[in-house]
Parts: sequence; C-alpha cells; structure tokens
Amino acid sequence: MQRYIVRRLLQGLVTLFLVSIIVFILGRLTGDPVALLLSEFSTFEDQERLTRQLGLDKPLPEQYAIFLWNAVRGDLGRSIRGDRAPALNLILERLPATVQLASISVLLSFLIGLLLGVLAATKRGSLVDTLSRVLALLGQATPVFWLGIVAMYVFSVQLKLLPTSGYGTPKQFVLPVFALSAFTVAAFLRLTRSGMLEALESEYVKLARIKGLSETTVVWKHALRNSLIPVITYLGTVFGRMVTGTVVVETVFAWPGVGRLAFDAVMLRDFPVLQAVVLFMATAFIGVNLAVDVLYAYIDPRIRYS
Amino acid sequence: MRLGLSAIVTSIIGLVIIGALVLVAIFAPLIAPHDPTKGALSDRLTPPFWQEGGSSAHLLGTDLLGRDTLSRLIYGARTSLAVAALAILVAGTAGSLLGAVAGYLGGWANTIIMRLVDLAFSFPAILLAMVLAVVVGPSFFNIIFVISLVLWAEYARMARGETLRVREMDYVALAQVAGVSKTRILMRHILPNIATSLIVLATLQVGIVIIMESSLSFLGVGVPPPTPAWGSMIAEGRSYVVTAWWLSMVPGVAIVATVLSFNLLGDTLTELLNPARQA
Repeated sequence: MQRYIVRRLLQGLVTLFLVSIIVFILGRLTGDPVALLLSEFSTFEDQERLTRQLGLDKPLPEQYAIFLWNAVRGDLGRSIRGDRAPALNLILERLPATVQLASISVLLSFLIGLLLGVLAATKRGSLVDTLSRVLALLGQATPVFWLGIVAMYVFSVQLKLLPTSGYGTPKQFVLPVFALSAFTVAAFLRLTRSGMLEALESEYVKLARIKGLSETTVVWKHALRNSLIPVITYLGTVFGRMVTGTVVVETVFAWPGVGRLAFDAVMLRDFPVLQAVVLFMATAFIGVNLAVDVLYAYIDPRIRYS
Repeated sequence: MRLGLSAIVTSIIGLVIIGALVLVAIFAPLIAPHDPTKGALSDRLTPPFWQEGGSSAHLLGTDLLGRDTLSRLIYGARTSLAVAALAILVAGTAGSLLGAVAGYLGGWANTIIMRLVDLAFSFPAILLAMVLAVVVGPSFFNIIFVISLVLWAEYARMARGETLRVREMDYVALAQVAGVSKTRILMRHILPNIATSLIVLATLQVGIVIIMESSLSFLGVGVPPPTPAWGSMIAEGRSYVVTAWWLSMVPGVAIVATVLSFNLLGDTLTELLNPARQA
C-alpha cells in the first residue's frame, strides 16, 4: 500500500511539474508585459529598465526557474489592474465562497443521488424509478448556466421566492447549489442505480437473503457497499465538473468566488491572475485525484498491483 | 442483449431528433426564414408568435438587434454540430491512435503517453479553454482545437485499455508469429476491434461537447460573433430575461433536446454493444 502511495505521489509531482511548464509557456505567449505596463510615451531606456527589473532579459529556462521558485513560495504574480494585488491573495480571498458552494453541492448531490439510485433499483419499474430516470436524463442534458438562468427566472423573478444573486444568506445559496448539483445528482443516481441492480443479482446477496437477513440490511449494508466503487471513482471526476460549474454559476449569480475571478480575469485580459488560478486549480486537481486513487486502492486491493 | 420497449421507443425518438437536427444544420440556408446576422432595429424584441405583439414573420421573436430568433437557432445548430463533429473527429482519432500505440507497444511509449494523459486530465477543461481563448484569440478553429485538447485523453485511456485486452487474443499472436509488422498489426487487427467501444464513447461525448461549446460561447470565449451560437444567444438574452424571456429560453431548450437525444442514442448503443460494461 505504501509503495503505491509513494508511486502515485511521484506521478502527481511529475504531472504538476509539467503543468507548471505549460502554464509558464502560456504566460509568455500572451505578449510583452512591458508594452502593457508602460505608456506609449516611455523612452527606450525606461523599457530596458523595466525589462531588466521584471527579469525578462534573462534566458527562458532561468525565467522558468524563477517562476517556479516564486510559485513554491506563494508568489504567483500580481494582477495588472487596479491596486496590483498579489494574485494568490485574490484567490485565497475568494476561495471560501467557492469551496462552500462546491462542497454543499457535492454533498447534496451525493446523498440525493445515492438515495434515489437505491430507491430506483429496489423499486424497479415503479413511479419512483421512472421519475428518477427521467430526472437523471434531463439533469445530464441541461447546461449548468442555462439551468441557473431558468431557475433564477422562475424562482426569483416570477415567484419572487428567492434572491437573484449575491452571497451571504442561506437563501442565496439555494439557486446556485441547485444549478450546480443537477448534473452530478443525475450522474450519482445512474451510477448507484446500475451498480445496485448488478449487486442485487449477485451471489452474496442471494446468500444474505437465504440467511434470513432483513431486506433493509441486505440492501443498505451489503448491496450498496459493493456498488459504491464506480461512485467513488466518479468523485474524482466530480471535482473537475465543479470547477467548470462554479465558473458559470458564479458568473450567473454574481457569486464572489474563484470562478468569477477567473472569468473577470479573462474578460479584462488580466493574465497573471488567470495563470495563478489555473496553477492553483491544477494543483488542487492533482491533489484530489491522488486522494481518490489512494482511497480507491484502499477499498479495492486489486488496484495496488496494476 | 434484448432491448426493452421503452428503450426502443426512446432511441427512435432520439434518432428522429438527431436526424432532424442534422438536416436542419445542413440545409440551414434553405430553411431559415431570415438572415441570422442582419436585423432591422424597428423589429427589435418582438415576442414569439403566440404572444401578443408577435408576428408570423418571426415565429420565435427577435432579439435586441432585430435578428430573427428562429433563424439564429437554425444556424446555431450548424455551429454546435460542426464544432462537435470536428472536435470529436480530431480528438477521437488522435486519442485513439495514441492510446492504442501506448497499449500495444508498452514501455517508454506507454509511460510518455500516459503521463500526457494524466496531464490532460489535470487541467480543468474550462480554465484551459479560457486561457487559450485569451492567448490565441477566439475563432471557430481555435474552439475545435481547444475542445480537442481537452477531449483526446479520454479516448487515449479507453483505447489503451481496449488494446491491452485485445492484444492477448489469438489472431494477434498469429499475426506476430507470421512476421507481420507492428504497424500493420495495429492498423489491421487492433484498431478495428477496439473501434466499437470508441464509437460508443464518441456518441456519448457529443452531448458533452455541445454543452462545453455552449458554455464557452456563454462566457464569451467561444465561437465569436457574428456567428450564431446557442450559448452566446443565451448570454445576450440574459439581461432581457424579464421582458424578453424567449431570447434565453429557446436556445436552452434546443441544447437540452439535442444533448438528450445524443445521450439516449449513446445509452442504447452502450447496451447493444457493450452489455457487460456500465455507461
């Protein structure tokens, strides 16, 4: 087990290293920052001085090394607009809002998806089953941003039940979480349902029933446990979905999170901030994948030897 | 694997919708009642024909510039389907080839390609797309390039898995013993036999690509104006959602219907062709 963890950790570090190279290259491709920062009336000497000051006259590998060294110490560059705030600070300020939104959505979709999936599998062919499957189909076909707009229109504008945007009160969480969760609820539902259908046909479930265990125990303790593996695998992908989802949801609902930060950075061409967000998110991503892989290997010992 | 009646019905519905969509996309210039990029300001914000103030000249109303919604919807279908088809073609071909090579040759090829796959999976798709849109600028082909970059890894991973399964088969061993070159084995024996799973994957991916493209268009980093795209139509209509609800609602319904149809098709294909595997 430990060897597997070490191996995966090293793989993760290599991937992170490659990610940083790509992010660095992308940064350099956006054009000359000196031209962006100085006015057109600046003299040649001013431009030379700024170039040297920003370290842009050094050879590229050396610039990359400096970039990496800074990144590791937490210096991810500064925003080009306004007060030139450090990019990392901007991210950390907005991180709680995004993490709250994302984690509530994941938790809710996991619980609801699991519950509906088990119900759909155990009461196969019933109304619950049919409704759940229709819901799942619609959930996976609806773009997150559109669902947010529709929800906002129906519940905020027409019915006036919920606020349209902003962050702070629990009521303001409802619509964004709803929009963000739809797709993942559908996915969890389908995975749980198909896993359960298979598990309920298996030998060990037959044995459990023959042993005289109550149906509740059979379903919730035995069948569910064994159908959870694809669900847990999906948890790794969910993080990626959440990143995409939060960008659009935060834009629609004016949510002060990291997704909105990225979107604003794109609109304003604030590349240092965008670069910082990508690096930050990719690192988190790699970390989450690593954690999921280790969890998966813990549950299913066959994986460790692959 | 027998299909239940409901599965047959839903797949037929899906196929019909997809067929209609493809026809609409191909014959857009003949079907669309108006030019999607030109509008008369005097006609701006006309509601759909069933609401008061609507007219039969603009069945689904007009937008803020007086452009006909129905025509823009039809041309938007073109955009979405074209982007999806091309992106999946590029990503699927490149990804499958790389995956098959990695699975068959193993060793260094496998290590390098799989590290690249990990890399591709480590980038949150939308952030990468946004960055690239800023760096290279939004255009039709750039969007296809961006989406392909995000998509290829899944094909590579599946192709590699399938290749590992197939290369143990007898016909491959026979070919190797007969002295057939590795390239030929790859082309003639391995690829045709892994094609089924890859085609199923491609069908399931169309929906994802369409949603991705519309999300990018919504954020303003997708297909640039004046080309009509469902995502940008929704974005434009957002500020008018109270008074001109059709601007954002209609393209959204189109997206849902399209993605739903492709997903239904993909699910049926999965059941038919890969009965042992889960969707």
